[in-house]
Amino acid sequence: MSNVLPAGTPAPDFTLPVTPDQKISLQELRGQPVILAFYPADWSPVCGDQMALYNEILPEFQKFGAQLMGLSVDGVWCHRAFAEARQLHFPLLSDFEPKGTVARSYGAYRTADGMSERALFVIDKTGIIAWSYCSPIAVNPGADGILEALEGLTK
Amino acid sequence: MAKLRTAVTPQDHIQGPEDAEVTLVEYGDYECPHCGGAYPVVKRLQKHFGKRLGFVFRNFPLSEVHPHAESAAEAAEFAGAQGKFWEMHDLLFENQERLSEPLYLRLAEELGLPPEALRQALEEGIYEARVRADFSSGVRSGVNGTPTFFINGERHDGPFDYETLLLAIQEKIGKRETPSSLKADGFFVRVSRRGDYAYGR
Repeated sequence: MSNVLPAGTPAPDFTLPVTPDQKISLQELRGQPVILAFYPADWSPVCGDQMALYNEILPEFQKFGAQLMGLSVDGVWCHRAFAEARQLHFPLLSDFEPKGTVARSYGAYRTADGMSERALFVIDKTGIIAWSYCSPIAVNPGADGILEALEGLTK
Repeated sequence: MAKLRTAVTPQDHIQGPEDAEVTLVEYGDYECPHCGGAYPVVKRLQKHFGKRLGFVFRNFPLSEVHPHAESAAEAAEFAGAQGKFWEMHDLLFENQERLSEPLYLRLAEELGLPPEALRQALEEGIYEARVRADFSSGVRSGVNGTPTFFINGERHDGPFDYETLLLAIQEKIGKRETPSSLKADGFFVRVSRRGDYAYGR
């Protein structure tokens, strides 16, 4: 398993496509907590997959004013089809070209597989990583860790 | 390892003794095919372990992907408020492909519950808060999809077929019963090659 960037580290900035004609930068979100959810690939075959689960839990994240973003090495068109099929209400970012650059900068890339880890980061409003977690690739980590980290931010 | 954050209380729907040796908690969704698949598995486990296993069902409707999951959960809670939770729970899973309000009303009638009261409860969302509370407790406990099982409070990661769950539950029973405590009680345990336990004095 990769060594993901630990709490206390400044979150590496990035600019990635979020739709075929739009990009988003981490920098733009300064001032609010950000949740980065790296995951291996779109179209995981189970019904309660990680992104679908977070989609259901979105209101709980929003209570903390947090912005959730999913990231994988899938291309923008793939993300669009996936987001539409699952009715996802949060952005999916394409870490596609050069492939996995952002995942690498967070220590969350699986070089042998050519995809990112199932890694979670909660970034505080000043851009510092407040919590990070890397799950075994086959285990959907759920959202309890994220919510606990968000709660910790307000203390 | 994720842990169940909301302890089992008498407010839960529970089958089997509250102080059973092992308590299996399922967070499930009536429209989820995997939960439908787990339904007969749980029945087999209950048959196998008898009074040694308690089973709790909590609602975790994935409404974004399953449009009938929430209403089915509320229909089960309506039945639960009148002492018929498990009957409705079973019927909903057995009719999983046909979930809809007309079905709930028919099932209510079958169970001797007033369909009109159910219709009104669904319309007014009387049981919505209860379902939400289950959902939130699941989120906080690390529920990561449906079904998610907790065995004595620990999330069960991995497959949920009969053999896997059977072994996982047996492991918990094994941990509980140390040889010394068995000796003190004057019990003996035989473990068959299949891994079943036999008890006697």
